[in-house]
Amino acid sequence: MSEHIEVGNKKIDVDEDGFIQKWEDWSKDIADYLAKTEGVNEMSKEHWVVVNYLREYYTQYKIAPMIRLLLKETGKRLGQEKAVSNKYLYELFPSGPAKGACKIAGLPKPTGCV
Amino acid sequence: MKEKIDAPILTGSITVPKIEENASRNQRCHHASEDHMVRLGFPGTKPVDWNKKALKRMRELLKRNRSLRLYLDICVRCGSCADKCHYFLGTGDPKNIPVARQELLRKVYKRYFTIEGKILGGLTNAEDLTEEVLDEWYTYFHQCSQCRRCSVFCPYGIDTAEISMAAREIMDSIGVGQKYCNEVLGKVYDIGNNLGMSGPALRNTLDFFEEDIKETTGVDVKFPLDVKGAEILLVSPSADFFASPHVDSLVGYAKVFHKAGISWTFSSYASEFANFGMFIGSYSIMKRVATRILDEARRLKVKRIVVGECGHAWRVGYSFWNTLIGPFDFVDTRYPVPQHICEFTLDLIKRGAIRLDKSANDEFTVTYHDSCNVARATRMGNKDGGQFEIPRALIREACNKFVEMPKNVNREKTFCCGGGGGLLTEELMDLRVKGTLPKAQALKNLMESRQVNLMVMICAVCKAHFTGVLPHYGIPMETVGGIHQLIGRAIVL
Repeated sequence: MSEHIEVGNKKIDVDEDGFIQKWEDWSKDIADYLAKTEGVNEMSKEHWVVVNYLREYYTQYKIAPMIRLLLKETGKRLGQEKAVSNKYLYELFPSGPAKGACKIAGLPKPTGCV
Repeated sequence: MKEKIDAPILTGSITVPKIEENASRNQRCHHASEDHMVRLGFPGTKPVDWNKKALKRMRELLKRNRSLRLYLDICVRCGSCADKCHYFLGTGDPKNIPVARQELLRKVYKRYFTIEGKILGGLTNAEDLTEEVLDEWYTYFHQCSQCRRCSVFCPYGIDTAEISMAAREIMDSIGVGQKYCNEVLGKVYDIGNNLGMSGPALRNTLDFFEEDIKETTGVDVKFPLDVKGAEILLVSPSADFFASPHVDSLVGYAKVFHKAGISWTFSSYASEFANFGMFIGSYSIMKRVATRILDEARRLKVKRIVVGECGHAWRVGYSFWNTLIGPFDFVDTRYPVPQHICEFTLDLIKRGAIRLDKSANDEFTVTYHDSCNVARATRMGNKDGGQFEIPRALIREACNKFVEMPKNVNREKTFCCGGGGGLLTEELMDLRVKGTLPKAQALKNLMESRQVNLMVMICAVCKAHFTGVLPHYGIPMETVGGIHQLIGRAIVL
């Protein structure tokens, strides 16, 4: 439980699954670092659209957005008429929106039957 | 950091594996932190005299649950259970054979609570409660999904789930808890649901669905929240507000209420039907979690309580609520409390209050996965076997092509999805994938022989688990769905 990662010269506390423990610890460098642990080699514009939206939503509601909301909002921000598909999200984040995208965005892991 | 996931190859048939000692010994779930434990009233850390305290708790349980003592006394080691557990079939680890799992507790019971064990010790398979034994408990009682399939085949009806619940309760009482369940229970205490979704976040989520349905159908389907005086309080597992495919069933529920013209409401206080108190074997926590729903039903002055697609909570609701938190004498007693959404919807269809267009689901050949707690721990409606017949009747109303699973994995003989009983956690992924093997074999067979492309179910755990695990077997996650997902697509608005 006292695990940590080192990014730059900073030691960051993470939980057993590698999720950062403190919201304010997050930075773009940490996102880049965490992305690699979740099978995302390089953070593209599309990745950042998802990650930024997750952070905005979390700031307001203290939870990740529901999956359909995430798909729709991501679609909008990518200039699409339609929501992006769940499949597309898995292509961006191979370990999935709850585990991969939330971890990279510095959100806690969603809990429960999800 | 990432564990290697070793998914077996699917052949389409279920076979008994070779025994491999300790094959899943290293599959262990994260321990609950001190904070998680204290929040639930458990010791934060393991005390020096943990052994004494554990035996004291065991003595209390033996006194309170006569069934526990009976199950520990009467096993004759006939071996009927040997090839019935999905975790054994998937891993080959002999400690996942139900009788061997029971034995972990039974040998300690013998040592301290029977005359022969006290006198003869090891000669009667009795064993001291040591650190090593405790460590085995932690591992293998968290490799039991409490699905109770083994008990169906046991000639004495020994319920391994009850034994595993007791073991978990003893461990919690000495500060040795599991993170997944205990963290979630803390969130129910503090925020009201497993997700930790606050009232404003829930309202925002429900607003999304209202707008989305309006956009796609032009119909104003409402998702009311905290409405005093509504006829019905709907309590669903909170995953229905969040995850895929769960949300599609949520949409189905709302469309049914809309079309039936019955006033209903969700509650932000009682926003969780799931009750992990059962998984950790704690009667008092289970009661505290369930009481939120009782209190809210009273406060909102509803006349009926209907519940969404959640397997283990249906056991808590159907089998335990009445004595746990009842009597529910303040609601309309002409209706069951709680009433399952499947029973509710089927009744509306039968009475002609809602109409379905089956052809809306013509792209699917559907099969049904019986979730363990629904199948083996409850009933539904007012007829024997209603927990099997009502969901099936509903599926047949909602689609044209329905195929049954083979008999050895169906109805009361169903296999657990592989993630039930509080094991739906990432660090157990390898075990969960292996535990899914029997059901995945059956599904694979139906996909090839009968072109099945959708497996529906009425359990949030099963939905989340299969969605994450089936892709490891090369089966797409879109193969997983809920019954009210079918209803939501077929209902004529």
